[in-house]
Amino acid sequence: MNGMVSARPLGRHRSGWLVASGFVLLIVWSYQGTRVDLGSLLGGEGLRQMAGYFAKLFPPDLSFRALRDAGVGAVETFAISFVGSILAVCIALPLALLTSRTVLYRGILYEGRGLSTASRALRVGLYAAAKALLNVLRTIPEIVWALMFVFMVGLGPFPGVLALGFHTGGVLGKLFGEVLEDVDPRPLEALQSTGASRLRILLYGILPQAAPQFLSYALYRWEVNIRAAAVLGFVGAGGLGQRIHIAISLFLEHQLLTLMLAIYLMVTLVDWLSASLRRRLV
Amino acid sequence: MAMIPSAERAGRFPASASKAAFPYLLAVVVLAALVGSLRIAQVDPRRFFEGDALGNVARFVRGSYPPRLSPEFLGLMLQPLAETVQISVMGTVMAVIIGIPLGLLATSSLTWSGVLHERGVRLGRLTLGFLPYALSRSILSAFRSIPEYVWAFMFVRAVGLGPFPGVLAIGVAYGGMLGKVYSEILENMDPRPLEALHAGGASKGGIVLYGLLPQALPNVISYTLYRWECAIRASSILGFVGAGGLGQQIELSMRMFQFDEVITLLAMLFLLVASVDFISGRIRARVVR
Repeated sequence: MNGMVSARPLGRHRSGWLVASGFVLLIVWSYQGTRVDLGSLLGGEGLRQMAGYFAKLFPPDLSFRALRDAGVGAVETFAISFVGSILAVCIALPLALLTSRTVLYRGILYEGRGLSTASRALRVGLYAAAKALLNVLRTIPEIVWALMFVFMVGLGPFPGVLALGFHTGGVLGKLFGEVLEDVDPRPLEALQSTGASRLRILLYGILPQAAPQFLSYALYRWEVNIRAAAVLGFVGAGGLGQRIHIAISLFLEHQLLTLMLAIYLMVTLVDWLSASLRRRLV
Repeated sequence: MAMIPSAERAGRFPASASKAAFPYLLAVVVLAALVGSLRIAQVDPRRFFEGDALGNVARFVRGSYPPRLSPEFLGLMLQPLAETVQISVMGTVMAVIIGIPLGLLATSSLTWSGVLHERGVRLGRLTLGFLPYALSRSILSAFRSIPEYVWAFMFVRAVGLGPFPGVLAIGVAYGGMLGKVYSEILENMDPRPLEALHAGGASKGGIVLYGLLPQALPNVISYTLYRWECAIRASSILGFVGAGGLGQQIELSMRMFQFDEVITLLAMLFLLVASVDFISGRIRARVVR
């Protein structure tokens, strides 16, 4: 590291050392707190125990019944992730418009034709409320949403869809809002100079710029959601998770491996679908 | 003016009937998938108005106010809160321990192609380089495709309840992600310093140590910190399958219909996640300029 490349090693600043030693302390504290026993993990008992468990998984159960069960679960998981992601976009879009200040009450849209004080106060309030709602949606993990919805509408894949939609809606709403605030202002100025109304500037200036990024983020969250959909079943929200939960609880190890292979295939499929869609559309 | 880029594009991707039909085809497929998925996922908003659904919502809302803020409850929850942080930190450390060797092996520019191997023997390069490369790639992909939640449940079975299976689950799942991203970072490095070192007669180890690692380090640190932010979210829900931390408390309170406790725990979770995001974001902004 002779200053030959543009990298900036952490140690060049005193604060870098401070941060690094902070992390060392954090790691030591965590090592003690989690009672990780590296000795038994690397040599001996722990490793043998684990190897024993994972060896029991083989071979996967490839009987017709197990395969059919895994297939049905995989299709259900796919459906949950797909509808959940679309619901998330439906929740995120209006909230993103309400949480982007440049759409709501300041910036180019409001240059020269200001809002009345009351109207502005109302809009600032709307912004704060929508922002708070997004925070709540995003903070509560999918699995907690799923528990709550199972409690409300009963077992099955439907509460899983709602859980993904609510949590991901919060995440996407935040990301979409940031995209809306970060669009290139020059096209908007050009539109404004022709006398376009606010709605027109939004429709023809802001949204066309934001749409590709919206799509890209939505596809990325779909990849996250297929993984989440595969575990929501642990709390009774359908899909592969429910079957995995049963397989683990009843010690059906060979079936468990079949289901894990199904998750692997679904995740790989959705990653590939999402990547190729992104390449072609964005 | 507008003709030039479109002509260029047409030259790169020859326009054909199938390309022109793609958007329509895609729309039909997406619509069909949506209709099928709506049926399979049994989406039915009427279920909110059937039976006890609305009553349950009301019970939940009524039960969660006021949130439980008594000192003894908050005191009891400090330990699970600390445990969540500890699981996330140790899990990330373990992910790095798993991710670095596998990531190095999964880097094509280190194992079998590019500047480092211009002097190598072809056959040896393939057997000693390509096989470990392919093997570590598939291990990484298996590690990260199984959700950490499933890993946690399996590790609870393998090593028993407590924070340790949570650490292992995050370590394995995030090790798979870190390894993949490390290898991508290493493969996308500027090759010019490496070639300069190579021309200067540096050994392979020297090229890696002085050319590759200094370039990669900021991105590696930044991405690892980002994964830590994700790990804190993960470690807070792994408790649902018995792997310690706040999740276990949320699940217990939920099962006992103590919604006032659930709200408090969710607020604690929010504060925890927000502060970790803040700390990690500040450090990342300084590491990567």
